[in-house]
Amino acid sequence: MTLLETRGLVKQFGEFRAVDGVDFRVQEGEVLALIGSNGAGKTTLVNLISGLLRADAGQIVFRGADVTGQSVHERIAAGIARSFQLVNLFDQLSALDNVALAIFSRQKKTRKLLSLAEADRPVWQEAFEILATFGMDGKARVLAGGLSQGERKLLDVAIAYALKPKLLFLDEPTSGVSTREKAPIMDTISSIVRSERISAAIIEHDMDVVFSYSDRIVAMHQGAILADGTPDQIRRDERVLTTLIGTPEKT
Amino acid sequence: MNTVTVALEHRSPVRTLGWAIPALVILIALPWVADQYQTILLAYGLVMGIAALGFNLLLGYTGLLSFGHSAYFGVGAYTVALMVKYLNVTSMELFLAGAMVACVLVTAVFGFACVRYTRIFFGILTMALSQVLWSLAFKFFWVTGGTDGLRVPTPTLLGFVTGKADKIAFLATAYYYYVLGVFILCVALMWVIVNSPFGRALQAIRDNEVRAAFVGIQIRKYRWVAFLVSGVFTGLAGALWVPLNGLTTPDIMHWTFSGEIVFMTVLGGFRSFTGPIIGAIVFNYLKTYAVGYTVYWQLLLGVVLVVLVLSLPTGIVGTADRLRARLRAR
Repeated sequence: MTLLETRGLVKQFGEFRAVDGVDFRVQEGEVLALIGSNGAGKTTLVNLISGLLRADAGQIVFRGADVTGQSVHERIAAGIARSFQLVNLFDQLSALDNVALAIFSRQKKTRKLLSLAEADRPVWQEAFEILATFGMDGKARVLAGGLSQGERKLLDVAIAYALKPKLLFLDEPTSGVSTREKAPIMDTISSIVRSERISAAIIEHDMDVVFSYSDRIVAMHQGAILADGTPDQIRRDERVLTTLIGTPEKT
Repeated sequence: MNTVTVALEHRSPVRTLGWAIPALVILIALPWVADQYQTILLAYGLVMGIAALGFNLLLGYTGLLSFGHSAYFGVGAYTVALMVKYLNVTSMELFLAGAMVACVLVTAVFGFACVRYTRIFFGILTMALSQVLWSLAFKFFWVTGGTDGLRVPTPTLLGFVTGKADKIAFLATAYYYYVLGVFILCVALMWVIVNSPFGRALQAIRDNEVRAAFVGIQIRKYRWVAFLVSGVFTGLAGALWVPLNGLTTPDIMHWTFSGEIVFMTVLGGFRSFTGPIIGAIVFNYLKTYAVGYTVYWQLLLGVVLVVLVLSLPTGIVGTADRLRARLRAR
């Protein structure tokens, strides 16, 4: 069943068409990878769907409703969450605070001026359990600004996860982390989204990550979709091989 | 004890009372040990503490530097003066209620315009709007008294305490305790606000606006509410200040007075809850004694600010906290 669908989505920056009439779909419960070279339009597409950017043309339909004109917070309430390529955290708050804030927001408790945050013990307990799920319970009281890059990446995803999304966009979740850390990070994320049946769209450059963790791959090139298929289909797709992945040199 | 319990106890109100109660005992005992002049001086400090506390909700917790808080202080003070002039009101409780209503109206409109901007644009816009009010107070002399200002007699407290017999004794005792009572209420209220989920949301906006939006926080709306609360606290301070001073003039609406509120907050440390209060009290003494000591008192305060920024970038409270942490580490 289709969870998200974009129809003829366009985003132009001056003369440059970053997203050029993209028809893109995400099915319920699938883990999808968005691949493409730098400037292919992957992040712009996610920015359009998540509401960071406004589309110049086209339509975004999420769970059957047109969300094209909706604000970021309306899309989040509808069930679209995201993490960022450059980690976006609240650096002067603890890891626990970072996650708790997302829960407070989800439960619409951030509107309460005259209620002590500490009085909402179940929220803090849930935040702690989410950190534990991501293997970060030991870092609960550490300021986000003091975490390692790998931990920051995981916390970024944990914040998005705390919003209980139906669709989670992960923009390069392993960029900037050591090769050794990539697999544990992806294992953690993958097991969580699959066990919770959250649809996930992962932008990724590391092809080992892409082919190991995704059910479907969408390849983008120059603002348009170049190919769409299972990892096996993409691996054999001539256009993808010549444009993005490259063929092994013949000896 | 699990991590959640430890984290919650770390921010418990009971923990805060550990330092608040001794401070309160000193403030209550002061009129018995200090002379009237010193007590009135401290009352001024407490009033400015409320103003700085309100201001710091924007600077320290929301990350917005306002150069226009003199406007809300002035709205509070002039509301009281106009209530005396046109309505013959003498009740301090009515003054406070009137000042709050006026401040809500003004800050709601000013805030709506200002929170669309951040950084220097926000600062300039708040300053420009405060200058509009200053010029109104300055030019509409038939209403505001112009540079002569408006006189405000000693008010009636709680419907029965008046200062008709001895104004100085009234200000140093009854009015001091009245100010202290409002001050305690304001501190407690602000403590709850900054530790509420709303307060956390403001800190999130301060730290990372984009991420705050992507956890579902409506940035402008929250900034506007913070602006409103901040302005009302400062207006309340203005309403308490004017009976102490006995007179309000357009000077308190001028942007340089906003600069003083910024100064006292930076002096105390805007990264801590108590910093602006300490800063306001210390600044009040500094200014009073600098004015008495030399005609070049602005120069003296300027030098203090430069030295402060260079040597104590985290303010008095921030530096004290750092020193305490260093001593504990030994």
